[in-house]
Amino acid sequence: MFEFIRQQLWTPLINFMVPEAYQGYALLTLDALTKVIVVLVCVLTAFAYTTYAERRIIGLIQLRLGPNRVGFFGFHTFGLAQPLADGVKAIFKEIIIPTGANKTLFIIAPVLSLGPALAAWAVIPFSEGMVLADINAGLLYVIALTSLAVYGIIIAGWASNSKYAFLGAMRSAAQIVAYEIAMGFALVGVLVASGSLNLGDIVRAQSGSVLNWFWLPLLPLFLVYYISGVAETNRAPFDVVEGETEIVAGYQVEYSGMHFAIFFMAEYANMILVSTLTAIMFWGGWLSPFQGVPVLGEPHILWLLAKAAFFLYLFLWIRATFPRYRYDQIMRLGWKVFIPITIVWIVVVAGLVVSHIPPWFN
Amino acid sequence: MLENYLPILLFLIVGFGLGIVLFVLGYFIGPNRPNPIKGSPYECGFEAFEDARMKFDVRYYLVAILFILFDLEIAFLFPWAVALDGIGLAGFWAMMFFLAVLVAGFIYEWRKGALDWE
Repeated sequence: MFEFIRQQLWTPLINFMVPEAYQGYALLTLDALTKVIVVLVCVLTAFAYTTYAERRIIGLIQLRLGPNRVGFFGFHTFGLAQPLADGVKAIFKEIIIPTGANKTLFIIAPVLSLGPALAAWAVIPFSEGMVLADINAGLLYVIALTSLAVYGIIIAGWASNSKYAFLGAMRSAAQIVAYEIAMGFALVGVLVASGSLNLGDIVRAQSGSVLNWFWLPLLPLFLVYYISGVAETNRAPFDVVEGETEIVAGYQVEYSGMHFAIFFMAEYANMILVSTLTAIMFWGGWLSPFQGVPVLGEPHILWLLAKAAFFLYLFLWIRATFPRYRYDQIMRLGWKVFIPITIVWIVVVAGLVVSHIPPWFN
Repeated sequence: MLENYLPILLFLIVGFGLGIVLFVLGYFIGPNRPNPIKGSPYECGFEAFEDARMKFDVRYYLVAILFILFDLEIAFLFPWAVALDGIGLAGFWAMMFFLAVLVAGFIYEWRKGALDWE
């Protein structure tokens, strides 16, 4: 497909528009751009159907039906056109900018949280060799970009000039910051075990049977990472940031229409990212759990997608099951439980690696 | 090597660009009929009677300071973790000493109550 686009679209365009000397660079850039757009479209489709899946699955868990009406031109599709209808509705709603707000900051805040949430996908390996940017600092880049997410929220809360938004932003900043430490320590464990920052190499370091995947030697870090991921994305049960019963919607309270939808997209893109990263770093990425079985045992992108979908489902299941934590409980969990666990386990894993203990680190 | 980073640059541009495009679309397609009530901050129907940039709890500030300490710590741990296979036992014990100092500080914070939220 990429070959076809290059020959039919980019080559004639470049021959027509670009001077001879720069044609090589232009082709390289446009090729990369094609792939970026393909990944972006996939992520956005996944986002749209995650919102639909969330409403349906939580509906079914609560013995309701959830949205099941919207169809295409009279065809019944179990409500599959719902995300489309939501998008159209959002775009036709008024974008309200409060008179007391800092206008520029208010406008760019959602963009600041969407940009990093999407750009982090540049280094995700979907299958052997199937990665946009195969860089040696992959994990570092992911951490850097996910850390930027907090700026969008803080700026939104401050610029709104509303008490609820301000409180939500303060809570969110402290919570994200607290769980980012636990998350960072958990990732250090992955690095010690795999010896590389390249996400593809991290998957390759796990090759072997299911028992070789990092979830087993790094079990506490896996749990800490996933739960921190839930807290980082401000999802239930850690959603005091936007707790609708106390501070209505937190930092999002003054946002409306498409402006609000951008925040929504960022939150879901982050959820999908955390699920995919968990699958890559702890559950063997594209490796098959049926090592040695013909056909089923082959590594394939579908394995990665299945694992990521499972962790995404877990997000929804957790939201439907657990009541919201109190804020002091959240901070206690982050500082007094997760950080000690991760420090101890880093020492254990480093000890195992240095003394080459089989079966994982020989 | 550097051309490996080209998709990242493009993805950053496209990612931020998408946000801007969506905002602009929403701004021009949606209606735009401001009025004083709509533009006032939302406070459950009450008139806002105080500036929203109020005093906030100092504990948020404390958490931010502690975060900087621990985040720097993680920045030190990253290269060590990647290079651990090459630096062997000496590197391992050097980092254990460093971690011990950090944990001592952590215990001090804990005992002082800096981590309590009550």
